[in-house]
Amino acid sequence: MGQSSAGRLLRRPEAGAFLGLVAVLVFFAVFGGVAFLKPAGMASWLNVAANLGVISIPVGLLMIAGELDISVGAMVPFGAMTVAVISGHYGLPIWLGIAAVLLFGVIVGLINGLMVVRTAVPSLIVTLGSLFAVQGIVLGLTVLITKSTSVALVTEGAAKAIFGDFLFGGQLQVMVAWWIAATVLYVFFVHFSPFGNWIFAMGGDRASARNAGIPTDRLTVVLFVLSAISAAFVGMCQAILFNSAQVAGGQSFIFNSIISVVVGGVLLTGGFGSVIGIFFGTITFAIVTQGIYYTDFDRNWSSLIIGVLLLGAVLMNNTFRKMALNYSPKKGARP
Amino acid sequence: MTAPILALRGVNKSFGPIDVLHDITLEVRTGEVLCLLGDNGAGKSTLIKILSGVYQPTSGTIEMDGRPVSFPTPRAAQEAGISTVHQFGGTFPLMSIGRSFFVGVEPTKGWGPFKVYDRKKANEIAVRAVQEMGITRIDDGDRLVGGLSGGERQSLAIARAVHFGARVLILDEPTAALGVKQATHVLRIVNEAKRRGLAVIFITHQVMHAMAVGDHFAVLIRGAVAADFRKGEKTREEITDLMAGGASMASLEAEIEGYMSSHGGHPPPPA
Repeated sequence: MGQSSAGRLLRRPEAGAFLGLVAVLVFFAVFGGVAFLKPAGMASWLNVAANLGVISIPVGLLMIAGELDISVGAMVPFGAMTVAVISGHYGLPIWLGIAAVLLFGVIVGLINGLMVVRTAVPSLIVTLGSLFAVQGIVLGLTVLITKSTSVALVTEGAAKAIFGDFLFGGQLQVMVAWWIAATVLYVFFVHFSPFGNWIFAMGGDRASARNAGIPTDRLTVVLFVLSAISAAFVGMCQAILFNSAQVAGGQSFIFNSIISVVVGGVLLTGGFGSVIGIFFGTITFAIVTQGIYYTDFDRNWSSLIIGVLLLGAVLMNNTFRKMALNYSPKKGARP
Repeated sequence: MTAPILALRGVNKSFGPIDVLHDITLEVRTGEVLCLLGDNGAGKSTLIKILSGVYQPTSGTIEMDGRPVSFPTPRAAQEAGISTVHQFGGTFPLMSIGRSFFVGVEPTKGWGPFKVYDRKKANEIAVRAVQEMGITRIDDGDRLVGGLSGGERQSLAIARAVHFGARVLILDEPTAALGVKQATHVLRIVNEAKRRGLAVIFITHQVMHAMAVGDHFAVLIRGAVAADFRKGEKTREEITDLMAGGASMASLEAEIEGYMSSHGGHPPPPA
């Protein structure tokens, strides 16, 4: 029985992600000692993982559904700049700034989603367009309004504590709590509620899913709104945390979120993956980028490790997926 | 003889200037398998798409239980009880048997916002439904659909349609990509569906398969019904000849074309 349950675990989408995480932990424990597992070290990669993880889960869900969203790279500075301009430059209440960020997230998500659904242009191209368009809006409007590319923002009280502070006065950002709460919610909706089934069906075969009565168009738009809001939310929290917002930055989230998702076992063409896998993939990615500081290696080598990790993860995930596909109970085992 | 559950009356379909179907009149009854035979390009797919709500006929009517109906969407056809299973089963290779069986109608347990997908129940029902159709090799609802053989996938899709109350089952070349043994499985399931009182429209190239399950045969040539006969009225050689070419096929085609050019594009009445 023990063997069959181990086999069952290996056939799950997150199996590769989990083994990758273990491998990376062992690697850095050997070469960097256990410093990065002590509280200060953990905070450094957990903070990176949290900011990335809040974005990579909805990006991963879109990938499971067969779509790609790279406009998150522009939504992060867009969210940061929106709250900084409204609540910092104009000095309006912080809650107004937060509401505006979420509203703009919904609008960009709706535009992305409706364009993909209505025009049948591949989502990579649609979101590439919105990536540049939103970048242009952020830069153009910020310079026009503030005559600067960097805007200061001072936040106090509840908003600061909820969105941009450190947990328990330590080094962990509040974002870590948001990330874990979001992961729990996503796990429930994707793997336990009936809606999750729709996302997988849509990524597996869109036409059949539609014929089975799933509102594929609406679900696609909702997922795009979710990823746009999540990215804008992360940008907003960073602006509140660091008391300022820059027009640049955020580009790294495009590739980093895709790497986390793919390392996490999601099939690039859709139909297969898991939230827990993306969670592990994000941690793995964060450990590689931060763990390098705890070793004697030059920081410049971390990209090499990430590249190798990505290829290794994809190969491993392919193997596990084949195992899952070919699995059938042994003949004679049943009564 | 019972009244037809589904009937096409003088259905025409054209895409712009191109006429694809001419005056199609066909009937299918409950507990009966109608085999639709024809070469590639004969208009079989267009006909199926009209029946399953993907296309609308340019003229003519579709009747269900004697009443004219129209299916503006695939969903509408499905709700009327017409279920289409495509060549590759139309299922989701990377989903479990239980999950893909219940796509869109997931069983849940729990309460309010905490309703969760009931994996155990879904797997049980799916496995039972497939086994009742005679495929006993499927016994674990957690297996991925992509790991099943082509015949098992077809069987799963057919079992799904039957389980959700289909009255007319359209099978689009279910045996085309299958080996001999796999095809036999599917044919057995077609017979089982028929035994349960479904009307089956079975599209195929293979006369052997058609002869094994068919009660009623229609041969499509160039978008027209070239022959319409019941079981036992023609031998296998005659049907093969009709379908797969040969001298009589060529002469028949010439005859139909000649007839059509002299009768304003209308085909001859079926033999």
